[in-house]
Amino acid sequence: MTMPPETSVVGDHPSTLAIRAQALSRVFGAFTAVDAISFDVGQGEVFGFLGANGAGKTTAIRMLTGLLAPSSGAATVAGFDIRHDAARVRERIGYMSQRFSLYDDLTVHENIRLYGGIYGLTDEQIASREKDLLSRLAFTSSASLRVGALPLGWKQKLAFSVALLHSPSIVFLDEPTGGVDPVTRRQFWELIYQAAADGTTVFVTTHYLDEAEYCDRVSIMVDGHISALGTPASLKAEFAADDLDEVFVRLARGATKS
Amino acid sequence: MSPRFEAWSTLLAFMRKELRHLVRDRQTFVILLCLPLAQLLLFGYAVRTDVNEIRIAIAASAADPAATSLRAQFANSDRFILLPSIPNAAAAERLFRSQQTDVVVVLGPRTDSRTVGVTPPSLLIITDASDPNTSTTMANYAQAVVRDWQALRSDVSGRVAIDVRARMRYNPTLRSVNLFVPGLIALILTLVTSLMTALSLSREKERGTMELLLVSPLRPWQIIVGKVIPYLGLALVNVVSVLLAARFVFLVPFAGSYWLLMGASVLFALVSLALGVLIAALTSSQLAATLAALGGTLLPSTMLSGLIFPIASMPEPLQWVTTIVPARWFVEIIRGVMLQGTGVDVVWRDLLILSVMLVVLLVAAIRRTSVRLA
Amino acid sequence: MPDPVVQIENVSKAFGATRALDQIAFSVSAGELFGLVGPDGAGKSTLFRILVSLLEADRGVVRVLGLDPVGDLWALRRQVGYMPGRFALYGDLTVRENLEFFAAVFGTSVEAEYTSIAPIYQQIERFADRRAGALSGGMKQKLALCCALVHRPAMLFLDEPTTGVDAVSRREFWDLLGTLRDSGLTTIVSTPYMDEAMRCDRVALMQTGRILAIDDPTRLGARFPRPLFGVHTRDRRRVLDLLRTLPLVTSVFPFGDIVHVSTARVTAHGDDLSDAALAEHLRDGLVAAGLGDAEVRPIDAGIEDLFMELMGTESTGAAS
Repeated sequence: MTMPPETSVVGDHPSTLAIRAQALSRVFGAFTAVDAISFDVGQGEVFGFLGANGAGKTTAIRMLTGLLAPSSGAATVAGFDIRHDAARVRERIGYMSQRFSLYDDLTVHENIRLYGGIYGLTDEQIASREKDLLSRLAFTSSASLRVGALPLGWKQKLAFSVALLHSPSIVFLDEPTGGVDPVTRRQFWELIYQAAADGTTVFVTTHYLDEAEYCDRVSIMVDGHISALGTPASLKAEFAADDLDEVFVRLARGATKS
Repeated sequence: MSPRFEAWSTLLAFMRKELRHLVRDRQTFVILLCLPLAQLLLFGYAVRTDVNEIRIAIAASAADPAATSLRAQFANSDRFILLPSIPNAAAAERLFRSQQTDVVVVLGPRTDSRTVGVTPPSLLIITDASDPNTSTTMANYAQAVVRDWQALRSDVSGRVAIDVRARMRYNPTLRSVNLFVPGLIALILTLVTSLMTALSLSREKERGTMELLLVSPLRPWQIIVGKVIPYLGLALVNVVSVLLAARFVFLVPFAGSYWLLMGASVLFALVSLALGVLIAALTSSQLAATLAALGGTLLPSTMLSGLIFPIASMPEPLQWVTTIVPARWFVEIIRGVMLQGTGVDVVWRDLLILSVMLVVLLVAAIRRTSVRLA
Repeated sequence: MPDPVVQIENVSKAFGATRALDQIAFSVSAGELFGLVGPDGAGKSTLFRILVSLLEADRGVVRVLGLDPVGDLWALRRQVGYMPGRFALYGDLTVRENLEFFAAVFGTSVEAEYTSIAPIYQQIERFADRRAGALSGGMKQKLALCCALVHRPAMLFLDEPTTGVDAVSRREFWDLLGTLRDSGLTTIVSTPYMDEAMRCDRVALMQTGRILAIDDPTRLGARFPRPLFGVHTRDRRRVLDLLRTLPLVTSVFPFGDIVHVSTARVTAHGDDLSDAALAEHLRDGLVAAGLGDAEVRPIDAGIEDLFMELMGTESTGAAS
């Protein structure tokens, strides 16, 4: 494991930072979606990125993944500037979301080959990583099934593993467990822990606040700002709350935007 | 509220909603309004198949009085640019080689006086056939001028010249825009009605709103009628705008009854709408509906309606296929009404065929529109 | 006992080779807030569609408000309010236009129904002229609820109204459902969030087309068949693997900042252990492995514990 969970990772060793955002902002017309957010994420950290619908999470993630240019401020992801080196950033990150992950009409094997090819892996690399991936997920007998025929939980576990196929240094997960059954949800988090233990940084959003407890640190966005940032334990202490749900509700209730 | 009143007020609310969808999708709406006019401009100005500014030279001996009058005849035609006369056919050859002329008329020595029409042809029209279509058209134009010239001369001489070719009836000026306008109306009606209705119905399916419409008390016929009427209105607006532009911008003659034309357009639009509803009922995505509408209505309307390729020159099996293409009958009606001034007494058969098609398609569309999810 | 408002018996439905519903049976009484709790693929949406007359069951008996959704569909459709599983309003129409349209479809108007929808509509009224597509997730769901209520239905069917909605909006939405329940409206609502089950009068836990259990949510936890313990330690990752290696342990699941561990009560030697003795056994095991800070105490099982337990027996039952 790269770090004990309750230790702060911020600031001391900039070279081990996976993400550094400095006053990152994005404006759409008269609407400020993301308002000067600053935070660091350490290499190998599991970072929970929480916020109400419309708080600016999606916009922030789009900027961090190089899909959207910031209006002002700066950020480096995997050591590259998101504004000037967006292409390099995208080579070094993985991404999965509930909406878009794999192609339903391709088989498990075809999806793996496709993503391996997109990220420029050699045939040998793809073959060995596919074998590895399938045995880790106990999917070996399902390689020729179409992804659309898999249960949602399987699909999401597979999508996560495919997002890690090219050994990215950071993986962004946008609500990866929505609608997934409680057992598979927990299995999914064990995959996340596994990836983090291997040194991959995991940047994850979720609406299940019990899952936020599994993160090393969480941030909570309200109205485009980061209103709280810290370990789950420190946030609960700061707000004298029993669980993160209470912390979240208290912060987000004060939101003015809808 | 009485049930009947409620049914109508519900329908009105549905149509209001459809109109809002139409107007809110700014891009599509502007395209739908302007596309017909843009197509008309394209056909009217750019894609004409008629040829103008044809360079013509007349080869004849300078003293021949017939040559003088023929030259005058060509000079009066606004299609031709008359080049200086040349002495003989050999000179014509040189003009063609250097691409200085498109047509040469060679006038033999015995064309004059009483021998016209009795002796072997002594008038020869030579055209540059490197583009066969244009060449044929130019030859036809030249013949028309020559025929006029012959007619004039036979009047003077008191003898009747034999007209060896059929006259270009109903489109004496041979302007292609006159032929395209009726076809364009058929195409626009197909596009706006079949395609847009199929798209808009399958969009409700894809977005999940069809589920809400289905669990409501709305009957399938109300959903269909509510969808169809706004597009019918849009289609008629398009027909009127094309007709106005054709009449006043392109000066297309209009021989028949406007009312008959509008009536036939409404009938044809309804047929296409029913087809669109049927397509939507049989497909499950917007993409499939679009492709089905293009393949099932727009292509046959273009290819098999007689609009571009004359039905008479198609192989017989294909001619049979054209009989189930609604646009074939509509194009027949509209050409007749616009250019020939035909009345109901002639086109009733086409109207009847379209009406039967409408009933069949409507029944199929309503039966295939399920009261539940597929 | 009053006649049930919804009664279904032995209902099954298959799509090709997929069994979406397998012998579902339950009844809902007037005024009840009844929850269908389960993940994607449990068959919740299929069940809703059968209840609101959008699909026909392959087998079984369905009665909603005393009507048969197949034979009496037009009578039924006037009386039910339905919110489909995904946002299904017109994004290009404004909030008010959507509401007016659905009122008109049922032959009524927003003005005539204003008082009955006011408690919910007032929360979105300030956005009346905004396009529905530009609303936030929580607001969209409130609008959809308004549209489902605008014809004063005798019964409400809400398919996953809180999915993809943030925790605050979810709470607000359930507060609204509480208000409706207090007004006497019978409601069936589905959710993948186990914690939301507590807001219902009764819930049916569903998984892959079957009902695992039906009961008052506060009583469901008591059905958990074995002793359950909460384990707290700072090293939350290592503790999972360690616990799984200890004798007697039958399941290990992280729950927020603690880990829920269930154990067998009887040792291999036939000793029947008390809760205290089992807790001691777990703690000793963890301390021996180097987790000196581990705290272990007996806890009451919740719905999620029971759900996962029943999922396990279901799947092993299916395999045998």
